[in-house]
Amino acid sequence: MALLLEQLLNGIQLGVTLFLLAAGLTLVFGIMGVINLAHGSLYMIGAYAAAVTATATGSAILSLLAGLAAAAAIGMLLEYVVLRRLYARDHLDQVLATFGLILFFNQGMVLLFGRQPLFVNVPEALQGFVRVLPGIDYPIYRLVIILVGLLVALGLYLLIQRTRIGMLVRAGATHREMVRALGVDVRLLYTLVFGLGALLAGLAGLMAGPILSVQPGMGEQILITTFVVVVIGGIGSVRGALFGAVLVGLVDTILRAYVPGLLRQVMEGSEADALGAGLASMGVYLLMALVLLVKPRGLFPAHA
Amino acid sequence: MRNLLRDERSWVVLVLALAAFIPVLAPMLDSPATVGLATRIAIYAIAASSLNLLLGQGGLVSFGHAAYFGLGGYVVGILYAHYISEEPFLGFIPGSNDLLVTMPLAILVGGIGAAIIGALSLRTAGVQFIMITLAFAQMLFFLFVSLKTYGGDDGLAIRRVAPMLGMNLRDPATLYWLCLGLLAFWLFLMDRIARSRFGRILAGVRQGERRMAAIGVRTYPYKLVAFVIAGMGAAMAGALMVNYARFVSPDMMHWTKSGELMVMVILGGLGTLLGPVLGAAALVGLEYTLAGLTEHWQFILGPILVVIVLFARGGLMGAVRRIAGRRLPHEAQPLPPGELPLGELPSGELPREPARHG
Repeated sequence: MALLLEQLLNGIQLGVTLFLLAAGLTLVFGIMGVINLAHGSLYMIGAYAAAVTATATGSAILSLLAGLAAAAAIGMLLEYVVLRRLYARDHLDQVLATFGLILFFNQGMVLLFGRQPLFVNVPEALQGFVRVLPGIDYPIYRLVIILVGLLVALGLYLLIQRTRIGMLVRAGATHREMVRALGVDVRLLYTLVFGLGALLAGLAGLMAGPILSVQPGMGEQILITTFVVVVIGGIGSVRGALFGAVLVGLVDTILRAYVPGLLRQVMEGSEADALGAGLASMGVYLLMALVLLVKPRGLFPAHA
Repeated sequence: MRNLLRDERSWVVLVLALAAFIPVLAPMLDSPATVGLATRIAIYAIAASSLNLLLGQGGLVSFGHAAYFGLGGYVVGILYAHYISEEPFLGFIPGSNDLLVTMPLAILVGGIGAAIIGALSLRTAGVQFIMITLAFAQMLFFLFVSLKTYGGDDGLAIRRVAPMLGMNLRDPATLYWLCLGLLAFWLFLMDRIARSRFGRILAGVRQGERRMAAIGVRTYPYKLVAFVIAGMGAAMAGALMVNYARFVSPDMMHWTKSGELMVMVILGGLGTLLGPVLGAAALVGLEYTLAGLTEHWQFILGPILVVIVLFARGGLMGAVRRIAGRRLPHEAQPLPPGELPLGELPSGELPREPARHG
């Protein structure tokens, strides 16, 4: 029971991290129509910038700011230089160009910081455990990640549904030409939306730093899972991204925790662990395939 | 003569005929590594050309083509493992190291895999199709990573390659000529398909699936058959690759491999016959050259890809044709969504449901 609760919390924590990435990806796709494979690179940049700043200054606040600023700045630069030229292209061109960007950023990180993973400590104020239920201790840091993710979800909801910028974003997604005709600087709006997505990706990356190791290629491992989230949730829908992210996070974590144990009852230990890990990794893709076969446009299609 | 030069097929014949002399010329130029490089190019050219049937002909953006490449490779690797251990696979299929047995089986398994994945994936379109093909490829990738019996992450090595029809496949030149011959056969098949009724319907799917539906063609079976043929071609290439490298690992079906195959198609020229061959040669050659210059060659390759996508439409074949002053036969590209006339949809998108009001 204690294990199950802990795994559920881990699942939600993974789901929240996925949501931060998926929200940016789904906004960029829903509004600009671009498949951005390089979104994972922004996650990596956020993690690296925060890790390097933390090592250099020892300040958690500065490292947070550095991670956010680096991801948002590089994200907007990327939009200005490359991605805005891809809005009118077909998906194939977008996939290829952003695939090239992944190679560039991953190798760039190897050039700057080497292949060795960087390790980041949890900020001192957030170290330790908290008793969530009698007899169950859970790391404070992971609870903070969950809290931050939920706050971002609330903030995004308010931004998109309650502000003027959000209104323009919604209008730009459905009636791009009309918004442009009304005199809105759509290009600036797109750059800002892209910057927001990059900022959230950077936030996810810098928060994941102390849990995972910070290394080149860390973005792609989570990027493909994020695409699963976006497609399950319905492309362009932030609500779908939240729902899909928590679903995928829970399914992935629970499968990883329990499938090897179940297999060990029918086969030998080390083989069961390997096969169990493999089957657990397949789980989320199977989930996505099932969802798409039942609802080809995802669970919460944005423009239904 | 001029007509002959204009026909892409005569260029294909010329390139393949020249390529056949590489094993003869390489020792004279004192670069024996060239034959191995050329073999890799020929194998990747088959895989890229099979992907081109989907991307270039049908406009179906499959992001999981390495899955069939790896499947074909694993058929060869697994049959070899059972040949060595002398235990039949699944208790009744004897192992083998004879390419005459393993290659047809690899093609069959690749076709069956593509039929299953295609039948499910083709129910979606657009981005969802890209992502679901990627998802299935990832599933296969993780499946083979977790199969410790067949090496898991580390893969399987193949030590003894049996002679085939009196050809010694351990001789690099012989293996190269075999790959080149199969590439020639594959390109001939692709050319026949492109000129057949089937090929024209596929092109129709790319240019406007709704229109095809409107003139009474059920497009789903055509797309599925194209998917299966492409899967079989990739599996054949995978079987050859494992015979060349004498090694198979899950890396063969990694998603970056699918990306590389797409890059080859685009680099060479989408929807052309010779394009994927040129693209495979360019990418393999570029990787080899850049890797010789610096360990960080991807740092250079990445921006090159971006620039090619942004500024060099039509790839290498487009450049060749511009020099020759002739338009691409397959130049018709779907219009960007903003420029579509009313009532038209870009290919690959599902027809939208009408908006409901009130």
